[in-house]
Amino acid sequence: MSLLDYEVIIGLEVHCELSTKTKIYCSCPTTFGAEPNTQCCPICMAMPGTLPVLNEKVVEYAVKAGLATNCKIARNSKSDRKNYFYPDLPKAYQISQFDLPLCYDGFINIETDEGEKTIGITRIHIEEDAGKLNHDEFGRGTFVDLNRAGVPLIEVVSEPDLRSKEEAESYLRKLKSIFEYIGISDCKMQEGSLRADVNVSVRKKGSAKFGTRTEMKNMNSFRSISRAIEYEANRQIEVIENGGIIEQETLRWDDISGKTFSMRDKEEAQDYRYFPEPDLAAIKLSDEYIENIKKSLPELPESRKKRYLLDMNLTEKAAKFVTDSKYFSNLFEEASSICNNPKAVSNWIMSDIARILNEREEEPEDIRFSGKELGELVSLIDKGTISSAIAKKILEEMFENPENPSKIIEKKGWVQISDENAIKEIVNKILEANPQSIIDYKAGKDKALGFLVGQAMKETKGKANPQILNKLFLEGILGDNSVK
Amino acid sequence: MSVNKKEIVHLAKLSNLYLSEEEIEKYAKDLTEIIDFASMINSVNTDEINETIAANENFNVFRKDQVIPSMDRNLLLQNAPSQDDGMFRIPKVLN
Ligand SMILES: [Zn+2]
Repeated sequence: MSLLDYEVIIGLEVHCELSTKTKIYCSCPTTFGAEPNTQCCPICMAMPGTLPVLNEKVVEYAVKAGLATNCKIARNSKSDRKNYFYPDLPKAYQISQFDLPLCYDGFINIETDEGEKTIGITRIHIEEDAGKLNHDEFGRGTFVDLNRAGVPLIEVVSEPDLRSKEEAESYLRKLKSIFEYIGISDCKMQEGSLRADVNVSVRKKGSAKFGTRTEMKNMNSFRSISRAIEYEANRQIEVIENGGIIEQETLRWDDISGKTFSMRDKEEAQDYRYFPEPDLAAIKLSDEYIENIKKSLPELPESRKKRYLLDMNLTEKAAKFVTDSKYFSNLFEEASSICNNPKAVSNWIMSDIARILNEREEEPEDIRFSGKELGELVSLIDKGTISSAIAKKILEEMFENPENPSKIIEKKGWVQISDENAIKEIVNKILEANPQSIIDYKAGKDKALGFLVGQAMKETKGKANPQILNKLFLEGILGDNSVK
Repeated sequence: MSVNKKEIVHLAKLSNLYLSEEEIEKYAKDLTEIIDFASMINSVNTDEINETIAANENFNVFRKDQVIPSMDRNLLLQNAPSQDDGMFRIPKVLN
Protein backbone atom coordinates (compact mmCIF):
# COMPACT_ATOMS: atom_id res chain seq x y z
CA MET A 1 0.00 0.00 0.00
CA SER A 2 1.19 3.51 -0.68
CA LEU A 3 -0.06 7.06 -0.33
CA LEU A 4 -1.54 6.73 -3.80
CA ASP A 5 -3.96 4.04 -2.62
CA TYR A 6 -5.64 6.54 -0.33
CA GLU A 7 -8.01 9.39 -0.88
CA VAL A 8 -7.90 12.48 1.34
CA ILE A 9 -11.26 13.98 2.37
CA ILE A 10 -11.24 17.60 3.51
CA GLY A 11 -13.98 19.86 4.81
CA LEU A 12 -13.49 23.47 5.87
CA GLU A 13 -15.31 25.57 8.42
CA VAL A 14 -14.41 29.11 7.48
CA HIS A 15 -14.85 31.93 9.97
CA CYS A 16 -15.07 35.36 8.46
CA GLU A 17 -15.32 38.60 10.44
CA LEU A 18 -17.92 40.89 8.95
CA SER A 19 -16.90 44.49 8.33
CA THR A 20 -19.81 46.10 10.12
CA LYS A 21 -19.15 49.30 12.05
CA THR A 22 -20.46 47.84 15.31
CA LYS A 23 -20.45 44.51 17.09
CA ILE A 24 -23.16 41.91 16.58
CA TYR A 25 -25.11 42.44 19.84
CA CYS A 26 -24.01 45.88 21.09
CA SER A 27 -23.02 49.24 19.58
CA CYS A 28 -19.29 49.09 20.35
CA PRO A 29 -16.99 49.74 17.38
CA THR A 30 -15.10 46.87 15.70
CA THR A 31 -11.92 48.69 14.63
CA PHE A 32 -8.94 46.35 14.54
CA GLY A 33 -5.89 47.09 16.67
CA ALA A 34 -7.42 49.44 19.28
CA GLU A 35 -5.98 49.66 22.82
CA PRO A 36 -7.08 46.63 24.90
CA ASN A 37 -10.63 46.78 26.28
CA THR A 38 -11.37 50.23 24.84
CA GLN A 39 -14.08 48.90 22.49
CA CYS A 40 -16.19 47.31 25.17
CA CYS A 41 -19.35 47.90 27.12
CA PRO A 42 -21.28 45.99 29.77
CA ILE A 43 -23.01 43.92 27.05
CA CYS A 44 -19.92 42.55 25.29
CA MET A 45 -18.23 42.10 28.66
CA ALA A 46 -21.19 40.01 29.86
CA MET A 47 -22.02 42.07 32.92
CA PRO A 48 -25.07 40.64 34.73
CA GLY A 49 -28.40 42.03 33.60
CA THR A 50 -27.31 43.10 30.12
CA LEU A 51 -29.24 42.11 27.02
CA PRO A 52 -28.06 41.63 23.42
CA VAL A 53 -29.77 43.29 20.43
CA LEU A 54 -28.95 41.98 16.95
CA ASN A 55 -27.24 44.31 14.44
CA GLU A 56 -29.41 44.37 11.28
CA LYS A 57 -26.31 44.74 9.08
CA VAL A 58 -25.07 41.34 10.26
CA VAL A 59 -28.20 39.67 8.90
CA GLU A 60 -27.89 41.60 5.64
CA TYR A 61 -24.21 40.66 5.19
CA ALA A 62 -24.83 37.00 6.00
CA VAL A 63 -27.69 36.86 3.50
CA LYS A 64 -25.39 38.50 0.92
CA ALA A 65 -22.79 35.81 1.59
CA GLY A 66 -25.47 33.15 1.22
CA LEU A 67 -26.80 34.51 -2.07
CA ALA A 68 -23.30 34.92 -3.51
CA THR A 69 -22.59 31.25 -2.73
CA ASN A 70 -25.86 29.92 -4.17
CA CYS A 71 -27.40 29.14 -0.77
CA LYS A 72 -31.05 28.94 0.12
CA ILE A 73 -32.03 31.62 2.61
CA ALA A 74 -34.04 30.59 5.67
CA ARG A 75 -37.36 32.43 6.04
CA ASN A 76 -37.33 31.51 9.74
CA SER A 77 -34.14 31.53 11.70
CA LYS A 78 -33.03 31.93 15.31
CA SER A 79 -30.01 32.19 17.61
CA ASP A 80 -28.78 29.56 20.04
CA ARG A 81 -26.36 29.38 22.94
CA LYS A 82 -23.27 27.25 22.62
CA ASN A 83 -22.02 26.58 26.13
CA TYR A 84 -18.38 26.18 27.09
CA PHE A 85 -15.88 27.68 29.49
CA TYR A 86 -12.90 29.51 28.18
CA PRO A 87 -11.49 32.78 29.49
CA ASP A 88 -11.85 34.53 26.11
CA LEU A 89 -15.62 33.97 26.26
CA PRO A 90 -17.00 36.26 28.97
CA LYS A 91 -20.56 34.90 29.05
CA ALA A 92 -19.35 31.26 29.20
CA TYR A 93 -21.51 30.74 26.12
CA GLN A 94 -21.22 31.91 22.56
CA ILE A 95 -24.34 33.14 20.80
CA SER A 96 -24.40 31.22 17.53
CA GLN A 97 -26.95 29.37 15.42
CA PHE A 98 -27.61 25.67 15.75
CA ASP A 99 -30.49 24.06 13.86
CA LEU A 100 -31.83 27.02 11.88
CA PRO A 101 -28.90 28.78 10.18
CA LEU A 102 -29.60 31.82 7.99
CA CYS A 103 -28.28 30.17 4.82
CA TYR A 104 -28.02 26.52 3.75
CA ASP A 105 -27.54 24.18 0.76
CA GLY A 106 -25.23 26.28 -1.37
CA PHE A 107 -22.19 25.68 -3.56
CA ILE A 108 -19.30 27.39 -5.29
CA ASN A 109 -17.23 26.32 -8.26
CA ILE A 110 -13.48 26.06 -7.98
CA GLU A 111 -10.81 25.49 -10.56
CA THR A 112 -8.77 22.29 -10.32
CA ASP A 113 -6.24 20.57 -12.55
CA GLU A 114 -9.09 18.44 -13.90
CA GLY A 115 -11.27 21.46 -14.67
CA GLU A 116 -14.09 23.09 -12.77
CA LYS A 117 -15.41 21.37 -9.64
CA THR A 118 -18.46 22.12 -7.51
CA ILE A 119 -17.97 22.27 -3.75
CA GLY A 120 -21.07 22.08 -1.61
CA ILE A 121 -21.74 24.55 1.17
CA THR A 122 -23.71 22.95 3.97
CA ARG A 123 -24.64 26.15 5.78
CA ILE A 124 -23.70 29.69 6.72
CA HIS A 125 -24.62 30.96 10.16
CA ILE A 126 -23.98 34.10 12.20
CA GLU A 127 -22.22 34.16 15.55
CA GLU A 128 -20.02 36.30 17.78
CA ASP A 129 -16.24 36.22 17.94
CA ALA A 130 -14.42 35.64 21.25
CA GLY A 131 -11.92 37.96 22.97
CA LYS A 132 -8.17 37.64 22.80
CA LEU A 133 -5.86 36.06 25.36
CA ASN A 134 -2.38 37.49 25.63
CA HIS A 135 0.15 35.19 27.19
CA ASP A 136 2.83 36.84 29.19
CA GLU A 137 6.35 35.64 28.55
CA PHE A 138 7.42 36.36 32.13
CA GLY A 139 4.83 33.96 33.52
CA ARG A 140 2.83 36.70 35.25
CA GLY A 141 -0.38 35.18 33.96
CA THR A 142 -2.72 35.57 31.01
CA PHE A 143 -4.22 38.92 30.00
CA VAL A 144 -7.70 39.19 28.60
CA ASP A 145 -8.63 41.77 25.97
CA LEU A 146 -12.32 41.71 25.05
CA ASN A 147 -12.25 44.15 22.11
CA ARG A 148 -12.87 41.27 19.71
CA ALA A 149 -15.60 39.71 21.87
CA GLY A 150 -18.86 40.26 20.04
CA VAL A 151 -17.35 41.10 16.64
CA PRO A 152 -19.72 39.54 14.10
CA LEU A 153 -18.69 36.39 12.27
CA ILE A 154 -20.19 34.17 9.67
CA GLU A 155 -19.20 30.53 9.74
CA VAL A 156 -19.26 28.85 6.34
CA VAL A 157 -19.34 25.06 6.55
CA SER A 158 -18.38 23.16 3.42
CA GLU A 159 -19.41 19.65 2.48
CA PRO A 160 -16.54 17.14 2.66
CA ASP A 161 -16.04 17.59 -1.10
CA LEU A 162 -12.40 18.65 -1.15
CA ARG A 163 -9.89 15.99 -2.14
CA SER A 164 -6.46 17.62 -1.92
CA LYS A 165 -4.64 20.49 -0.29
CA GLU A 166 -4.71 22.26 -3.65
CA GLU A 167 -8.49 22.01 -3.80
CA ALA A 168 -8.77 23.24 -0.20
CA GLU A 169 -6.62 26.25 -1.02
CA SER A 170 -8.52 26.94 -4.22
CA TYR A 171 -11.84 26.77 -2.33
CA LEU A 172 -10.66 29.12 0.39
CA ARG A 173 -9.25 31.59 -2.15
CA LYS A 174 -12.52 31.56 -4.06
CA LEU A 175 -14.55 32.13 -0.91
CA LYS A 176 -12.21 34.96 0.15
CA SER A 177 -12.49 36.56 -3.25
CA ILE A 178 -16.31 36.34 -3.27
CA PHE A 179 -16.56 37.92 0.18
CA GLU A 180 -14.20 40.71 -0.89
CA TYR A 181 -16.25 41.36 -4.01
CA ILE A 182 -19.51 41.64 -2.11
CA GLY A 183 -17.81 43.81 0.49
CA ILE A 184 -18.87 41.99 3.64
CA SER A 185 -15.37 41.44 5.06
CA ASP A 186 -11.84 42.64 4.51
CA CYS A 187 -10.77 38.98 4.75
CA LYS A 188 -7.33 39.80 6.15
CA MET A 189 -5.93 36.47 7.16
CA GLN A 190 -2.95 37.95 9.00
CA GLU A 191 -5.34 39.95 11.18
CA GLY A 192 -7.46 36.87 11.77
CA SER A 193 -10.53 38.20 10.01
CA LEU A 194 -10.55 35.06 7.86
CA ARG A 195 -9.60 31.76 9.43
CA ALA A 196 -10.52 28.14 8.99
CA ASP A 197 -11.06 24.96 10.95
CA VAL A 198 -9.82 22.13 8.77
CA ASN A 199 -11.32 18.62 8.94
CA VAL A 200 -9.22 15.84 7.46
CA SER A 201 -9.84 12.14 7.03
CA VAL A 202 -8.48 9.46 4.68
CA ARG A 203 -9.95 6.33 3.14
CA LYS A 204 -8.82 3.64 0.76
CA LYS A 205 -9.63 4.56 -2.82
CA GLY A 206 -12.88 2.99 -3.91
CA SER A 207 -14.23 2.83 -0.38
CA ALA A 208 -17.60 4.53 0.03
CA LYS A 209 -17.30 5.02 3.78
CA PHE A 210 -15.57 8.09 5.22
CA GLY A 211 -12.70 7.52 7.63
CA THR A 212 -12.62 9.07 11.10
CA ARG A 213 -11.77 12.76 10.87
CA THR A 214 -9.59 15.01 12.92
CA GLU A 215 -10.00 18.76 13.17
CA MET A 216 -7.38 21.51 13.23
CA LYS A 217 -8.75 24.77 14.53
CA ASN A 218 -8.07 28.43 13.76
CA MET A 219 -5.69 28.16 10.83
CA ASN A 220 -4.99 31.58 9.38
CA SER A 221 -2.66 31.25 6.45
CA PHE A 222 -2.91 29.41 3.13
CA ARG A 223 0.55 28.02 3.70
CA SER A 224 -0.14 26.50 7.11
CA ILE A 225 -3.46 25.07 5.95
CA SER A 226 -1.77 23.42 3.04
CA ARG A 227 1.11 22.06 5.13
CA ALA A 228 -1.22 20.91 7.90
CA ILE A 229 -3.43 18.97 5.48
CA GLU A 230 -0.45 17.24 3.94
CA TYR A 231 1.07 16.35 7.30
CA GLU A 232 -2.21 15.18 8.84
CA ALA A 233 -3.22 13.05 5.83
CA ASN A 234 0.18 11.33 5.82
CA ARG A 235 0.05 10.81 9.58
CA GLN A 236 -3.38 9.18 9.34
CA ILE A 237 -2.31 6.91 6.47
CA GLU A 238 0.73 5.83 8.44
CA VAL A 239 -1.37 5.04 11.52
CA ILE A 240 -3.78 2.96 9.43
CA GLU A 241 -0.99 1.19 7.54
CA ASN A 242 0.53 0.21 10.89
CA GLY A 243 -2.74 -1.32 11.96
CA GLY A 244 -3.82 1.55 14.22
CA ILE A 245 -7.09 3.46 14.31
CA ILE A 246 -7.69 7.20 13.97
CA GLU A 247 -9.30 8.85 16.94
CA GLN A 248 -11.77 11.64 16.33
CA GLU A 249 -10.11 14.57 18.03
CA THR A 250 -9.15 18.21 17.82
CA LEU A 251 -5.53 18.78 16.93
CA ARG A 252 -3.29 21.77 17.20
CA TRP A 253 -1.11 22.55 14.20
CA ASP A 254 2.32 23.84 15.11
CA ASP A 255 3.76 25.92 12.30
CA ILE A 256 7.31 25.81 13.61
CA SER A 257 7.73 22.07 13.98
CA GLY A 258 5.34 21.38 11.10
CA LYS A 259 3.41 18.80 13.12
CA THR A 260 -0.05 18.34 14.64
CA PHE A 261 -0.49 17.72 18.35
CA SER A 262 -3.37 16.24 20.25
CA MET A 263 -5.24 18.73 22.46
CA ARG A 264 -6.02 16.61 25.50
CA ASP A 265 -8.87 17.58 27.77
CA LYS A 266 -10.94 19.07 24.98
CA GLU A 267 -12.89 15.94 24.00
CA GLU A 268 -15.35 16.12 26.84
CA ALA A 269 -15.89 19.84 26.34
CA GLN A 270 -17.29 19.10 22.86
CA ASP A 271 -20.68 18.71 24.51
CA TYR A 272 -21.94 22.23 23.92
CA ARG A 273 -25.52 21.77 25.18
CA TYR A 274 -26.99 24.13 22.57
CA PHE A 275 -30.33 25.66 23.42
CA PRO A 276 -32.39 28.52 21.93
CA GLU A 277 -31.12 31.95 23.01
CA PRO A 278 -33.95 33.35 25.13
CA ASP A 279 -32.59 36.91 25.03
CA LEU A 280 -32.97 37.29 21.26
CA ALA A 281 -36.03 37.30 19.06
CA ALA A 282 -36.40 35.04 16.03
CA ILE A 283 -35.40 36.26 12.55
CA LYS A 284 -38.06 36.16 9.83
CA LEU A 285 -37.04 37.17 6.33
CA SER A 286 -39.53 38.06 3.62
CA ASP A 287 -39.11 37.25 -0.07
CA GLU A 288 -39.01 40.97 -0.72
CA TYR A 289 -36.12 41.51 1.72
CA ILE A 290 -34.13 38.70 0.11
CA GLU A 291 -34.95 39.92 -3.39
CA ASN A 292 -33.71 43.43 -2.54
CA ILE A 293 -30.41 42.09 -1.28
CA LYS A 294 -30.07 39.96 -4.39
CA LYS A 295 -30.47 43.08 -6.50
CA SER A 296 -27.84 44.93 -4.51
CA LEU A 297 -25.13 42.31 -5.12
CA PRO A 298 -22.24 43.57 -7.26
CA GLU A 299 -20.87 41.68 -10.24
CA LEU A 300 -19.18 38.51 -9.02
CA PRO A 301 -15.77 37.18 -10.13
CA GLU A 302 -17.18 34.51 -12.43
CA SER A 303 -19.13 37.04 -14.44
CA ARG A 304 -16.17 39.44 -14.57
CA LYS A 305 -13.98 36.62 -15.80
CA LYS A 306 -16.36 35.87 -18.65
CA ARG A 307 -16.38 39.53 -19.62
CA TYR A 308 -12.57 39.70 -19.60
CA LEU A 309 -12.37 36.62 -21.82
CA LEU A 310 -15.01 37.69 -24.32
CA ASP A 311 -14.88 41.50 -24.43
CA MET A 312 -11.29 42.20 -23.50
CA ASN A 313 -9.59 39.22 -25.10
CA LEU A 314 -7.61 38.12 -22.09
CA THR A 315 -6.29 34.57 -21.96
CA GLU A 316 -7.99 32.10 -19.61
CA LYS A 317 -4.97 32.25 -17.32
CA ALA A 318 -4.89 36.06 -17.24
CA ALA A 319 -8.65 36.39 -16.70
CA LYS A 320 -8.51 33.96 -13.79
CA PHE A 321 -5.47 35.60 -12.23
CA VAL A 322 -6.92 39.08 -12.40
CA THR A 323 -10.38 38.14 -11.09
CA ASP A 324 -9.05 36.02 -8.21
CA SER A 325 -8.75 39.25 -6.26
CA LYS A 326 -11.27 42.07 -6.22
CA TYR A 327 -8.38 44.49 -5.78
CA PHE A 328 -6.57 43.21 -8.88
CA SER A 329 -9.80 43.19 -10.82
CA ASN A 330 -10.65 46.80 -9.89
CA LEU A 331 -7.10 47.89 -10.64
CA PHE A 332 -7.29 46.12 -13.99
CA GLU A 333 -10.61 47.68 -14.99
CA GLU A 334 -9.61 51.21 -14.08
CA ALA A 335 -6.19 50.98 -15.71
CA SER A 336 -7.57 49.39 -18.90
CA SER A 337 -10.17 52.11 -19.28
CA ILE A 338 -7.38 54.69 -19.22
CA CYS A 339 -4.77 53.11 -21.51
CA ASN A 340 -7.09 50.98 -23.66
CA ASN A 341 -4.63 48.12 -23.53
CA PRO A 342 -6.12 45.44 -21.24
CA LYS A 343 -3.66 42.82 -22.38
CA ALA A 344 -0.67 44.91 -21.28
CA VAL A 345 -2.36 45.80 -17.98
CA SER A 346 -3.05 42.14 -17.20
CA ASN A 347 0.56 41.29 -18.02
CA TRP A 348 1.82 43.93 -15.62
CA ILE A 349 -0.45 42.59 -12.89
CA MET A 350 0.50 38.96 -13.45
CA SER A 351 4.23 39.51 -13.72
CA ASP A 352 5.76 42.57 -12.09
CA ILE A 353 3.01 43.58 -9.69
CA ALA A 354 2.57 40.01 -8.42
CA ARG A 355 6.34 39.65 -8.09
CA ILE A 356 6.77 42.89 -6.15
CA LEU A 357 3.87 42.00 -3.82
CA ASN A 358 5.49 38.67 -3.23
CA GLU A 359 8.84 40.28 -2.42
CA ARG A 360 7.18 42.74 -0.06
CA GLU A 361 5.09 39.92 1.48
CA GLU A 362 1.97 41.96 0.76
CA GLU A 363 -1.47 41.20 -0.60
CA PRO A 364 -3.27 42.90 -3.52
CA GLU A 365 -5.30 44.99 -1.05
CA ASP A 366 -2.06 46.58 0.19
CA ILE A 367 -1.32 48.23 -3.17
CA ARG A 368 -1.40 51.98 -2.59
CA PHE A 369 -1.49 53.27 -6.15
CA SER A 370 -4.68 53.10 -8.19
CA GLY A 371 -5.67 51.98 -11.66
CA LYS A 372 -5.22 55.57 -12.79
CA GLU A 373 -1.47 55.45 -12.19
CA LEU A 374 -1.10 51.97 -13.67
CA GLY A 375 -3.09 53.00 -16.74
CA GLU A 376 -0.90 56.02 -17.24
CA LEU A 377 2.23 53.90 -16.93
CA VAL A 378 1.05 51.58 -19.70
CA SER A 379 0.08 54.57 -21.88
CA LEU A 380 3.55 56.05 -21.47
CA ILE A 381 5.10 52.82 -22.74
CA ASP A 382 2.65 52.59 -25.62
CA LYS A 383 3.43 56.16 -26.66
CA GLY A 384 7.15 55.40 -26.55
CA THR A 385 7.83 57.98 -23.84
CA ILE A 386 9.49 55.35 -21.67
CA SER A 387 10.99 51.91 -22.25
CA SER A 388 9.61 48.94 -20.38
CA ALA A 389 12.87 48.77 -18.43
CA ILE A 390 12.17 52.26 -17.10
CA ALA A 391 8.52 51.38 -16.54
CA LYS A 392 9.63 48.59 -14.21
CA LYS A 393 11.66 51.06 -12.19
CA ILE A 394 8.71 53.45 -12.06
CA LEU A 395 6.45 50.66 -10.87
CA GLU A 396 8.86 49.82 -8.05
CA GLU A 397 8.78 53.49 -7.11
CA MET A 398 4.97 53.54 -7.24
CA PHE A 399 4.92 50.86 -4.55
CA GLU A 400 7.14 53.04 -2.34
CA ASN A 401 5.63 56.44 -3.14
CA PRO A 402 2.32 56.18 -4.94
CA GLU A 403 2.53 59.10 -7.38
CA ASN A 404 1.77 59.82 -11.02
CA PRO A 405 4.25 57.98 -13.25
CA SER A 406 4.96 61.23 -15.12
CA LYS A 407 5.79 62.93 -11.84
CA ILE A 408 8.14 60.11 -10.93
CA ILE A 409 9.80 60.32 -14.36
CA GLU A 410 10.28 64.05 -13.96
CA LYS A 411 11.66 63.72 -10.44
CA LYS A 412 14.09 60.94 -11.32
CA GLY A 413 14.98 62.21 -14.79
CA TRP A 414 13.94 58.91 -16.38
CA VAL A 415 12.59 60.22 -19.70
CA GLN A 416 13.46 57.96 -22.58
CA ILE A 417 16.12 59.27 -24.95
CA SER A 418 14.60 59.30 -28.42
CA ASP A 419 16.91 61.88 -29.90
CA GLU A 420 18.66 60.05 -32.75
CA ASN A 421 21.80 62.16 -32.64
CA ALA A 422 22.30 61.56 -28.95
CA ILE A 423 21.80 57.84 -29.37
CA LYS A 424 24.02 57.68 -32.41
CA GLU A 425 26.91 59.00 -30.34
CA ILE A 426 26.50 56.18 -27.86
CA VAL A 427 26.09 53.59 -30.60
CA ASN A 428 29.30 54.66 -32.24
CA LYS A 429 31.16 54.54 -28.96
CA ILE A 430 30.00 51.02 -28.27
CA LEU A 431 30.67 49.76 -31.76
CA GLU A 432 34.23 51.08 -31.54
CA ALA A 433 34.78 49.30 -28.25
CA ASN A 434 33.40 45.98 -29.52
CA PRO A 435 34.76 45.21 -32.99
CA GLN A 436 34.44 41.46 -32.38
CA SER A 437 30.67 41.80 -32.04
CA ILE A 438 30.46 43.38 -35.47
CA ILE A 439 32.38 40.47 -36.97
CA ASP A 440 30.21 38.00 -35.06
CA TYR A 441 27.01 39.60 -36.24
CA LYS A 442 28.16 39.65 -39.82
CA ALA A 443 29.04 35.96 -39.45
CA GLY A 444 25.41 35.28 -38.64
CA LYS A 445 25.44 35.39 -34.85
CA ASP A 446 22.29 37.41 -34.16
CA LYS A 447 22.99 37.36 -30.47
CA ALA A 448 25.79 39.86 -30.96
CA LEU A 449 23.24 42.57 -31.68
CA GLY A 450 21.46 41.89 -28.44
CA PHE A 451 24.74 42.19 -26.61
CA LEU A 452 25.44 45.58 -28.19
CA VAL A 453 21.95 46.89 -27.42
CA GLY A 454 22.42 45.68 -23.84
CA GLN A 455 25.66 47.64 -23.58
CA ALA A 456 23.92 50.78 -24.79
CA MET A 457 21.09 50.29 -22.31
CA LYS A 458 23.62 49.94 -19.54
CA GLU A 459 25.34 53.10 -20.68
CA THR A 460 22.05 55.05 -20.70
CA LYS A 461 20.64 53.39 -17.57
CA GLY A 462 17.84 51.93 -19.67
CA LYS A 463 16.73 55.28 -21.01
CA ALA A 464 17.54 54.82 -24.69
CA ASN A 465 14.62 54.09 -26.99
CA PRO A 466 15.13 50.42 -27.91
CA GLN A 467 13.67 50.69 -31.41
CA ILE A 468 16.01 53.54 -32.33
CA LEU A 469 18.96 51.72 -30.75
CA ASN A 470 18.28 48.64 -32.83
CA LYS A 471 17.94 50.62 -36.00
CA LEU A 472 21.15 52.60 -35.45
CA PHE A 473 23.18 49.54 -34.50
CA LEU A 474 22.08 47.75 -37.65
CA GLU A 475 22.95 50.76 -39.78
CA GLY A 476 26.30 50.97 -38.04
CA ILE A 477 27.19 47.33 -38.47
CA LEU A 478 26.00 47.01 -42.04
CA GLY A 479 28.50 49.48 -43.37
CA ASP A 480 26.89 52.82 -42.79
CA ASN A 481 29.26 55.76 -42.85
CA SER A 482 29.44 56.04 -39.08
CA VAL A 483 31.86 53.13 -38.73
CA LYS A 484 35.28 53.25 -40.21
CA MET B 1 -36.75 9.36 32.68
CA SER B 2 -33.88 9.06 35.09
CA VAL B 3 -30.58 10.89 35.24
CA ASN B 4 -27.77 8.64 36.42
CA LYS B 5 -24.71 9.54 38.49
CA LYS B 6 -22.39 9.31 35.51
CA GLU B 7 -24.38 11.99 33.69
CA ILE B 8 -24.27 14.22 36.77
CA VAL B 9 -20.47 13.87 36.91
CA HIS B 10 -20.27 14.77 33.23
CA LEU B 11 -22.57 17.78 33.64
CA ALA B 12 -20.65 18.93 36.70
CA LYS B 13 -17.41 18.82 34.76
CA LEU B 14 -18.93 20.82 31.88
CA SER B 15 -20.21 23.37 34.39
CA ASN B 16 -16.92 23.61 36.27
CA LEU B 17 -18.58 22.36 39.45
CA TYR B 18 -16.95 20.11 42.02
CA LEU B 19 -19.54 17.88 43.69
CA SER B 20 -19.23 15.58 46.67
CA GLU B 21 -20.52 12.00 46.51
CA GLU B 22 -23.64 13.01 48.46
CA GLU B 23 -24.29 15.97 46.18
CA ILE B 24 -24.00 13.76 43.11
CA GLU B 25 -26.68 11.45 44.49
CA LYS B 26 -28.91 14.32 45.53
CA TYR B 27 -28.66 16.05 42.13
CA ALA B 28 -29.30 12.81 40.26
CA LYS B 29 -32.54 12.45 42.20
CA ASP B 30 -33.51 16.15 41.91
CA LEU B 31 -32.76 16.39 38.19
CA THR B 32 -34.75 13.25 37.49
CA GLU B 33 -37.72 14.83 39.24
CA ILE B 34 -37.30 18.12 37.37
CA ILE B 35 -37.13 16.38 33.99
CA ASP B 36 -40.14 14.23 34.82
CA PHE B 37 -42.05 17.32 35.80
CA ALA B 38 -41.13 19.12 32.58
CA SER B 39 -41.90 16.00 30.55
CA MET B 40 -45.57 16.39 31.38
CA ILE B 41 -45.70 18.88 28.54
CA ASN B 42 -44.98 16.07 26.09
CA SER B 43 -48.42 14.63 26.74
CA VAL B 44 -50.14 17.71 25.28
CA ASN B 45 -51.51 17.16 21.77
CA THR B 46 -49.84 19.73 19.46
CA ASP B 47 -51.06 18.41 16.10
CA GLU B 48 -52.98 21.57 15.26
CA ILE B 49 -50.34 24.03 16.45
CA ASN B 50 -47.63 25.62 14.29
CA GLU B 51 -44.03 24.94 15.17
CA THR B 52 -42.60 27.53 17.56
CA ILE B 53 -38.94 28.48 17.14
CA ALA B 54 -38.68 30.95 20.00
CA ALA B 55 -40.27 31.49 23.38
CA ASN B 56 -40.78 35.16 22.61
CA GLU B 57 -43.39 36.07 20.00
CA ASN B 58 -41.48 39.12 18.81
CA PHE B 59 -39.32 38.75 15.75
CA ASN B 60 -36.80 40.89 13.84
CA VAL B 61 -35.82 43.00 16.81
CA PHE B 62 -32.85 44.70 15.23
CA ARG B 63 -30.42 47.53 15.94
CA LYS B 64 -29.00 49.96 13.39
CA ASP B 65 -25.28 49.56 12.70
CA GLN B 66 -24.35 52.84 14.41
CA VAL B 67 -21.49 53.21 16.83
CA ILE B 68 -22.15 54.34 20.38
CA PRO B 69 -18.85 55.17 22.09
CA SER B 70 -17.64 52.38 24.35
CA MET B 71 -17.54 52.69 28.11
CA ASP B 72 -14.52 54.04 29.93
CA ARG B 73 -12.05 51.23 30.46
CA ASN B 74 -11.39 52.10 34.08
CA LEU B 75 -15.08 51.75 34.84
CA LEU B 76 -15.30 48.42 33.07
CA LEU B 77 -12.26 47.06 34.86
CA GLN B 78 -13.01 48.49 38.29
CA ASN B 79 -14.33 45.21 39.72
CA ALA B 80 -11.69 42.98 38.17
CA PRO B 81 -9.89 41.02 40.90
CA SER B 82 -6.63 41.59 39.04
CA GLN B 83 -5.68 43.75 36.08
CA ASP B 84 -2.63 44.97 34.25
CA ASP B 85 -2.01 47.09 31.13
CA GLY B 86 -5.75 47.70 30.76
CA MET B 87 -6.50 43.99 30.66
CA PHE B 88 -8.04 41.43 32.99
CA ARG B 89 -5.26 39.40 34.52
CA ILE B 90 -6.07 35.76 35.12
CA PRO B 91 -4.04 32.66 36.01
CA LYS B 92 -1.94 31.44 33.13
CA VAL B 93 -4.01 29.66 30.44
CA LEU B 94 -2.28 26.92 28.50
CA ASN B 95 -3.54 26.15 25.04
ZN1 LIG C 1 -20.10 46.36 23.64
